[in-house]
Amino acid sequence: MAALQDKYKELIDAAQAAGTSNLKVNELDGVLHIEGEAPTGAVKDQLWNIYGKIDPNFLTGDVVMNINVATAVAGAKLKVITESSNLNIRKGPGTDQPIVGKAAHNEIVSLISKQSDQWWLIRTDAGEEGYAYAQYLQPVE
Amino acid sequence: MIMKLKHLTTVILSVGLLFMISCKSKPKDADIQAAVTTALQSSPGVSADVKDGVVTLSGSVASQADKDAAEAAVKLNQGVKSVVNNVTVAPPPPPPPAPVEVTADDALKTAVAGIVKDFPGIQADVKDGVIIITGEQKADRWKKLKMALDALKPKKVDASGLKVK
Repeated sequence: MAALQDKYKELIDAAQAAGTSNLKVNELDGVLHIEGEAPTGAVKDQLWNIYGKIDPNFLTGDVVMNINVATAVAGAKLKVITESSNLNIRKGPGTDQPIVGKAAHNEIVSLISKQSDQWWLIRTDAGEEGYAYAQYLQPVE
Repeated sequence: MIMKLKHLTTVILSVGLLFMISCKSKPKDADIQAAVTTALQSSPGVSADVKDGVVTLSGSVASQADKDAAEAAVKLNQGVKSVVNNVTVAPPPPPPPAPVEVTADDALKTAVAGIVKDFPGIQADVKDGVIIITGEQKADRWKKLKMALDALKPKKVDASGLKVK
């Protein structure tokens, strides 16, 4: 246990110092699981940068890091961070669900609620409402 | 002369009597210590110090009940005037960390497929909670993918078969 925690000490220390809440650091079968809620998206980015510095290109596979952003609460403004394409808005939480709308790349939408860590219910300024993949949505600060 | 001797005897006798009385009303600290130590055998971690009949308890126990029990056991002993209970109650050990939650394979497969379809050049497989990633990807895109995959709560993301461009 200690070896992995030592290797990623800078990352764990940074998560603690930045005020990550509900921080959980556990080891399971040679993989360090780091979970928590960062106060801002910038902190999440910082933690991922430190992780990438310790393990270039995240190729060792000895860490699973699941950091949410605390500012992503109902009513928050979210930016669509797809690479370039539109973001599908679906009727339900799942890629098998029909598409009911689209949000453009870099468009700002509102968070209504979180169905899960993966699927968030959002509303566009045009009034389209539905579920979208959380990984393409970043809280605007 | 006889009178003087009589007087001296009286004095010696009274002093002796006084000494005996004081002894009786004040059991020796060593005796109290012995009795108290025996009484504390049922309270591991607690030790006693006796001075002039005052017992000072020290040490550390797991609960307030244990602390009270030690004091009660000591108080019963003859000669104990009072008890100073300096025993500390140790805080309970922190709960063991919650076990790592790993998403079941079926749910993981569906979620992985939904993400990976937006990353051309990447193939993904799921086995026993481990996401196995193969193919080729640019470093910044792979970082995005890894962030998304880690959020699915897998056991591990195995990218040993991935080529980062």
